[in-house]
Amino acid sequence: MIGPLGKDLLGLAPLSAEQIRLVLDTAVPFREISERQIKKVPTLRGMTIVNLFFEASTRTRISFEFAEKRLSADTVNVAVAGSSVSKGETLVDTARNLEAMKIDMVVIRHPASGAAQFLAERIESNVINAGDGTNEHPTQGLLDLLTLRDRFGDLTGRRICIVGDVLHSRVARSNIWGLTKLGAEVAVCGPRSLLPNAIGEMGVTVFDRVEAAIEWADALNVLRLQLERMEAGYIPSLREYNRVFGITRARLERAPRDLCILHPGPMNRGVEIDSDVADGPHSVILHQVTNGVAVRMAVLYLLAGGKPELAEAAKKGAS
Amino acid sequence: MSRDVQRDVLLKGGRIVDPSQGMDTVGDVLLRGGLVESCGAVVAAPDGADVIDCAGLIVSPGFIDVHVHLREPGREDVETVATGAHAAVAGGFTGLCAMPNTKPVTDNQATVGFVKRRGEDAGYARVYPYGAISVSQKGDTLAEMGEMVAAGAVAFTDDGRPVESAHMMRTALEYARAFNVPVAEHCEDMSLARGGAMNEGVVSARLGLKGIPAEAEEIYVIRDILLARRTGGHIHLCHLSTKGSVELVRWGKERGINVTAEVCSHHISLTEDAVEGYNTNAKMNPPLRTAVDVQALQQGLADGTIDLLVTDHAPHHYDEKEREFADAPNGIVGLETALGVNCTYLLHRGVLSLAQMIDAMSCKPARVFHLPGGSLARGQVGDVTIFDPSRAWTVDASRFKSKGRNTPYGGHALTGQARITLVGGRVVYRATD
Ligand SMILES: [Zn+2]
Ligand SMILES: [Zn+2]
Repeated sequence: MIGPLGKDLLGLAPLSAEQIRLVLDTAVPFREISERQIKKVPTLRGMTIVNLFFEASTRTRISFEFAEKRLSADTVNVAVAGSSVSKGETLVDTARNLEAMKIDMVVIRHPASGAAQFLAERIESNVINAGDGTNEHPTQGLLDLLTLRDRFGDLTGRRICIVGDVLHSRVARSNIWGLTKLGAEVAVCGPRSLLPNAIGEMGVTVFDRVEAAIEWADALNVLRLQLERMEAGYIPSLREYNRVFGITRARLERAPRDLCILHPGPMNRGVEIDSDVADGPHSVILHQVTNGVAVRMAVLYLLAGGKPELAEAAKKGAS
Repeated sequence: MSRDVQRDVLLKGGRIVDPSQGMDTVGDVLLRGGLVESCGAVVAAPDGADVIDCAGLIVSPGFIDVHVHLREPGREDVETVATGAHAAVAGGFTGLCAMPNTKPVTDNQATVGFVKRRGEDAGYARVYPYGAISVSQKGDTLAEMGEMVAAGAVAFTDDGRPVESAHMMRTALEYARAFNVPVAEHCEDMSLARGGAMNEGVVSARLGLKGIPAEAEEIYVIRDILLARRTGGHIHLCHLSTKGSVELVRWGKERGINVTAEVCSHHISLTEDAVEGYNTNAKMNPPLRTAVDVQALQQGLADGTIDLLVTDHAPHHYDEKEREFADAPNGIVGLETALGVNCTYLLHRGVLSLAQMIDAMSCKPARVFHLPGGSLARGQVGDVTIFDPSRAWTVDASRFKSKGRNTPYGGHALTGQARITLVGGRVVYRATD
């Protein structure tokens, strides 16, 4: 079935501002379902969803699984160990097998950019991208948008800076597309060796120093710094990264306004973010997690063909 | 029919364009005993001659593609010498140089002889084997160049990978001088390019694909030009893809350094935008670059900085390309689209004249690689390409003679097509539609 988002959710780049707003608006009533004692509505009863994870990601998988189960879908988790290049079944074979099993939706996490699109072009089931390589992680982008909207209301003119390893981050790309579409001003900040060379051509401002970014921004989205980046020679050491680019309490105290701090998790405390910031008053990190389930419920629901009014009705009918 | 009683062939009334003789005239070409008997003058058909009406067509010395991957020995499921040579003549090529990155690597006289014989047995385009520069293309030990030249190798390269050691490249350039053959380089600094899947730029940033910067190529271009200056050897630079490379080659030529260069049809016609949607048929190495690079490459061809047009024909099995972009193999087939692409993007857009295009596809490859052909002067081999530069057609990969279907031009409308191809005075291909 083709809903208001189209057949698949592959990224935020292909979505219009209206479609993004629709997801966020739909997520709000779904969030209320999660706050009830019986957190389940029959909206997707009888639908089969496969969570196909070619990369380990406990958080994202659990968040999707909660969303699916709260909508009463039947779910199967498939974890494919190792990278896609390792021997074994190819992605196209996997796609054909899934198709043959008549499933309704596939949630896919894959280490290769474009893998979700590749799958979507080859199967009739709805495909949700749960992170493909360094391309996009649209549901993370959407939950970040919802979290920022909860805090600021309209995002027009709001200044959001993405801090850290933008080069290897699918979260950063989804944020850039989504925030730009909703009218926010977007900046990135990090060591130049971890920013794409052509980042300036993507319509974002670049800050070399985190102090300047903090002075400019209304909110910071702090990216996880993976240990491998140091091993691959992108930065000298984690210690130095924290000293130069880490989001610390001392730095935030010099900010001209109260900043809102986001992090897609899992955090490296003491590297890209200090514990007292992560757990402090500026942090909306746990609110992001709550919103993650709601946004994913909204996406599942809309891809299944739902209209936002029906989400309201589903909620009322079940209560 | 055996070769010794080969009938004469009279190519009647075509427009003969042969830059090797400065010729552009409507007239006849007579082939006798596999060689050119006369060229230009209108002649009466000798008794028993086959007469081919070439009115309205271009008659040109046969095209030679010095950069072709044939996959035999090793991956005969993907392409054989015979299917590749068949694809070549269907694209108007009468000769091709076969790259040595086969399995096993063509790094010894036996394999060189094998590839050459396979070409002769097939009886389509002439197949000239490349030999590897280093044993197994590992870059450690110089391969036996003298033995391979004796067995038929016409040039040396480790294409598919660069010669990483500057010392090894220097030695190869020096050693190859004795045999008067070019040493060809696949310019790619692996420390910059490793893991890259497309051009580094705004499109790679958007798509989240690791990029290959222009400098990965250019660093090797200038290194090898300097080594050619030091050694006096002939360096031939494969598949240049960037504006900077063109400028560096120009720098070298201005100083009289023995450097020649080639460009692929895809690099003068497509940009990195073709990768959008993670199209694996737009994945090759070096990658498609930007419009600025395309323009510089075209300009380099027009002013002679770049000598040759090639295809880097690289067939892959269809399911090898049917996968995630980063994991898909590099390369596209090109033999059957090159003439159409070159006519469409160079000739009809006024970048090259007809004579310049034929020069870059026929005369210069023969000259740079010291091969037979590239000329219709009396006494030359009877290798002729007869083509219609104005014929419009749509690329349908399922009709390729090549086993490869991996083309970025599928469904594209091209203008310009080979009609009849002759090798050694015999028709080896005739278009049927
Ligand atoms: Zn190459
Ligand atoms: Zn090649």
